[in-house]
Amino acid sequence: MTEMSGADMVVQALVDLGVDTVFGYPGGAVLPIYDALYKHPTIKHILVRHEQAATHAAEGYARSTGKPGVVLVTSGPGATNAVTGITDALLDSIPMVVLTGQVPTTLIGTDAFQECDTVGITRHCTKHNYLVMDPDRLGPIMHEAFHIATHGRPGPVVIDIPKNVQVATGTYSVPEFIQHNSYRPQVEPDADAIAQAIDMIAAAERPIFYTGGGVINAGPDASAALRQLVSLTGAPITSTLMGLGAFPADDPKWLGMLGMHGTYESNMAMNRADLIIAVGARFDDRVTGRLDAFAPEAKKIHIDIDRSSINKIVPVDLAVVGDAGRALDALIAAWQAKGHKARDLGEWWRRIDGWRATRCLDFPEKKEPDADIMPQRAVKALFDATRGRDPIITTEVGQHQMWAAQHFGFSAPNRWLTSGGLGTMGYGFPAAVGAQIATPNRLVICIAGEASLQMNIQEMGTVSQYRLPVKIFILNNEWMGMVRQWQELTYESRYSNSYSDSLPDFVKLADAYGWTGLRIDTLGQLEEGIAKMIDTPGPVIVDCRVAKLANCFPMIPSGAAHTDMILQPSDVTGTMDDEAKALV
Amino acid sequence: MKITTEAGERHVLAITVDNEAGVLAKITGLFTARGYNIESLTVADISSDHALSRITIVTNGPPPIIDQIIAQLDRLVPVHRVVDLNDAGEAHVEREIALVKVAGTGDKRIEALRMADVFRAKVVDTTLSSFIFEITGTSDKVDRFIALMRECGLVEVGRTGVVAIARGPEAL
Ligand SMILES: Cc1ncc(C[n+]2csc(CCOP(=O)(O)OP(=O)(O)O)c2C)c(N)n1
Ligand SMILES: [Mg+2]
Repeated sequence: MTEMSGADMVVQALVDLGVDTVFGYPGGAVLPIYDALYKHPTIKHILVRHEQAATHAAEGYARSTGKPGVVLVTSGPGATNAVTGITDALLDSIPMVVLTGQVPTTLIGTDAFQECDTVGITRHCTKHNYLVMDPDRLGPIMHEAFHIATHGRPGPVVIDIPKNVQVATGTYSVPEFIQHNSYRPQVEPDADAIAQAIDMIAAAERPIFYTGGGVINAGPDASAALRQLVSLTGAPITSTLMGLGAFPADDPKWLGMLGMHGTYESNMAMNRADLIIAVGARFDDRVTGRLDAFAPEAKKIHIDIDRSSINKIVPVDLAVVGDAGRALDALIAAWQAKGHKARDLGEWWRRIDGWRATRCLDFPEKKEPDADIMPQRAVKALFDATRGRDPIITTEVGQHQMWAAQHFGFSAPNRWLTSGGLGTMGYGFPAAVGAQIATPNRLVICIAGEASLQMNIQEMGTVSQYRLPVKIFILNNEWMGMVRQWQELTYESRYSNSYSDSLPDFVKLADAYGWTGLRIDTLGQLEEGIAKMIDTPGPVIVDCRVAKLANCFPMIPSGAAHTDMILQPSDVTGTMDDEAKALV
Repeated sequence: MKITTEAGERHVLAITVDNEAGVLAKITGLFTARGYNIESLTVADISSDHALSRITIVTNGPPPIIDQIIAQLDRLVPVHRVVDLNDAGEAHVEREIALVKVAGTGDKRIEALRMADVFRAKVVDTTLSSFIFEITGTSDKVDRFIALMRECGLVEVGRTGVVAIARGPEAL
């Protein structure tokens, strides 16, 4: 218990909570906190160029380390600029604490300069939020906020702090032990449910694991447990976009990602399975395809820390509420205690191998050195060139994101950072900044689309300022490729506003910011260009020109079933009925 | 293309929450954001230290949606408990109060008073040309009383919405 200013309490709480990095942008309503941070010995403040980027950088920091990301922004426009990243963190369950300045309590509600109703605006895009009216409450609220952001299903928490509360003095107190009076998520799975799950797994003839971001959030031990359980049961495994890396992509049991741009084998296996074991995944519409045709033959076990995810979209046969890691540990223990042996799944694997034989990720390409680079080839080349370096890959949103998910193999968690739930263009580059700050010695590459990158391209300045060796690898197709692809599928190729006109010269832009800029135009230059990017110290932007009209397959078109995948361009008809058009 | 919606059933939910700023907005916002219905909502502080409020929401939806509503409410940080009073075995009592103003003279006025008596509505204010009745009961009973008063010079109605509590000795 010590008497100090509200601003000092904020900083003291950050120190006590083990925070080493804050991503932020100053302004009138947070000046006291900025002053308290001035030349701080342990907390590093990263000055971004736009508050949205601060939130995505914090997400990148969080996703690559498992620690909560921390953001500091001013009132009004500072807070509203942060809203996209806060919502992104909510949808992808990323632990994040956002401190926003607010006008003094005496002016709240008067339309004061740079006033906005931050708690009102963020009420439904945060896991929880606070408006602190009394400096004595700052200590307990800061500690509680971090607890809530990181416990149960992680998510963003906003603390709105009026300027007079930052200036006033009060007593800083730290709750000894945080036991929130109403928020107590169930972490330990129910033993009966685990026993039932084991019996169902042991009895299944066509089981499949379907895993998601919850496994990553549960920490590296959960990924290790997943590997062990898969190996004990001998069952195949697929994952959502958010779950990539929890299971090694080079393992024969790995079927690839499932869903809209997932592999044929994983979608077919989901469709024909007699048991789906969902772990930390939420049956999102990108994953299920047409609901009434989703996994018709399967019993479903759903392991999730958030009870509201269970039976939300797909009714399941057995619910296991709890932390993915604890549940996987419990399943392993129960499997071994009962002396189960992996069943002969030979017949099931033979069918899977049949689907694999379609080689659904193959793509047509010319091999001459002066040929256009297929974007898939560029991702594969990047993967090959960085094998053994254990890079962190972030992406923007669009075709390049899906190609990266399909063709870059991940073998460990926390290496794949992408905006899944909200699908936020502009996420990838600042997320790479956050990941690079968190892991200064790692190779961090943002695989970008030329359109998405421009949504937060101002962060090149941040990278220069902190001398971060971030690499941006643009799959430049001069199109909002994913939009163009949907226009081809649905609107007879009427390309309404999907061309990336008036692009900057990215190499010159690199130069302007003191980066290295490279351009790759042909297949013959690809490997060398990538090698040069990796070997060049400091930040590098690579403008990799790829085949402009390539589309991302396989694909389950909206409103279709897992079994109705479009495998190649020739399957595209170019029109859709209104029911399908109405789906996103 | 037509947009269709599913038919539902009526459920009464009793929710205890921290009595703090923004909780009501959080809960009503959850209903609007996720497209759930609110037929009525009441809220008041119920603990001696003013730490807890009880919210009673009458909602409507197919059973899986009711389950979702409960799970979604339950995970909100300031929510302590959500009980579906329509759950099997949860017999409960529901009450609502309405204040009903009726204006008129002569036969209509006498008729209004007679029907109020049948419904056990109390007269809580009167002038030479008006009454205010207070009626307590299920929403159905209140509806019926108001419908009858329409014929007798109804000019204004205020209703509290439903409060409800489970039968038997146990607390929620
Ligand atoms: C902020 C935001 N606005 C719009 C969209 C819709 N959208 C999805 S992908 C896409 C095009 C992305 O183009 P680009 O970054 O060049 O990637 P490509 O698909 O060409 O690989 C758009 C506009 C979005 N996801 N996010
Ligand atoms: Mg593009």
